[in-house]
Amino acid sequence: MQSTSILSAEVTVALPEKSLVTLTINGEKKQLELAPWTTLLDALREYLDLTGTKKGCDHGQCGACTVLVDGKRINSCLTLAVMKEGASITTIEGLATVDENATVQLHPLQDAFIQHDAYQCGYCTPGQICSAVGLMNEGRAKTTDDIRELMSGNICRCGAYPHIVDAISEVMQIDKNS
Amino acid sequence: MNSFSYVRPDEIDVAIDDLSVHHAAKFIAGGTNLLDLMKENVERPARLVDINRLPLQTIDDTAEGGLRLGALVTNADTAYNEQVEKRYPLLSQAILAGASPQLRNMATNGGNLFQRTRCYYFYDTDMPCNKRKPGSGCGAINGYNRIHAILGTSDSCIATHPSDMCVALRALDAVVHVSGRLGERTIPMADFHRLPGNTPQYDNTVQPGELVTAIELPAKGFADHYAYLKLRDRASYAFALVSVAVGLDINNDGTITEARIALGGVAHKPWRRPESEEQLVGQSASKEVFQLVADSIIDGAKGYGHNTFKVELARRAIVRALMQASKLEKIS
Repeated sequence: MQSTSILSAEVTVALPEKSLVTLTINGEKKQLELAPWTTLLDALREYLDLTGTKKGCDHGQCGACTVLVDGKRINSCLTLAVMKEGASITTIEGLATVDENATVQLHPLQDAFIQHDAYQCGYCTPGQICSAVGLMNEGRAKTTDDIRELMSGNICRCGAYPHIVDAISEVMQIDKNS
Repeated sequence: MNSFSYVRPDEIDVAIDDLSVHHAAKFIAGGTNLLDLMKENVERPARLVDINRLPLQTIDDTAEGGLRLGALVTNADTAYNEQVEKRYPLLSQAILAGASPQLRNMATNGGNLFQRTRCYYFYDTDMPCNKRKPGSGCGAINGYNRIHAILGTSDSCIATHPSDMCVALRALDAVVHVSGRLGERTIPMADFHRLPGNTPQYDNTVQPGELVTAIELPAKGFADHYAYLKLRDRASYAFALVSVAVGLDINNDGTITEARIALGGVAHKPWRRPESEEQLVGQSASKEVFQLVADSIIDGAKGYGHNTFKVELARRAIVRALMQASKLEKIS
């Protein structure tokens, strides 16, 4: 018997077609031709060169891939790009604004992260900041305990948590001792 | 991840038909569990039927005074829904005890019911697992089984159901609405998930081709006396080692008239023992009474080594949750 029989039996199905996916990324409409199994994270990094969004665990456990979809924070590694057809995506690259003099204005959270030294290696930082934007949109955090609980989906292996909480509580005007 | 074809129907009937006529097709909603399992090659669907555009996105009052949670409403929108927070705070609290804000923004109510076990042997395709590959054996029974079940286990499987939401739904006697080619039917939460027996590959009693459309909450929400106590290895964002959902009805004179106690993290399904709950009816809340009831609920519990601590942990967690629900102990 041929030893390749298992393989040859499996490879009889043609690869499914790629499909056109339209996404609004940081305010710009983008059309991509993607295989259905392309995650939103891979679409951003590999097809749009938006490498600010990080791939950490790729299993929804670390939060490094956090982006905002229609204002809500999600793990971009656990959704398919094709499932987000028509959605508006904001990544870390889309948070800063440029004024009429072409001066870049960082998002208040970006400024606060710098001021409070809220990172060490920086790998989790884009996810932390996007997650904090989502947290502020949700309007549920009233104390620093709330911030810690509602930021628990973002892991920082350097352990910069105290400064991250300081940065977010400052922008949210939450008492640091609450 | 394997390759697969993809469709995104707008109508319920079209989605059900598509799933029925295609080999190895699966529904996808939030995708938080399915895509994770596909990346591990535990799930290998040939086709994904994206149900996110189906009209199952609302939370509505029922004629019976309850609430009907659309299958596609996210866990976050459900937990923060004004009616759920006010009338079913136990459910709200249980949902918020699970996963992370990002995952709760993606995960749907229907999908939460279909979460698969987090057993390490189920996730690792190099390991034996009767749930993933029937007949291959169970790696956990004589292996590393710290997170595993102590009640309702079998020689084939000691996996637990990982959901927090489902524990509250079980305490609340929720009813699941499903739709299939043969029509619609309802499944009480008590019968939705199953014990492993010698067919652990089946997590629940939903039939192939059926779609969960809604979860119905009966009028009674136990909003005055409830507790969801979750014990885990870290303060947040971890699966329960043991969790307890409690709902009590207490008269003005302090007599308990009804009690619901459901456990998570200890069995293949949310665990309840109604005959133990009955022991509380007519009693006044006290630690001594709660201890007797806790003993009764975990009667027959069996540890497998690494998870043997769960037997005592569950007993104490039941007592503490009852103390909190009856307001004899403050929630800290």
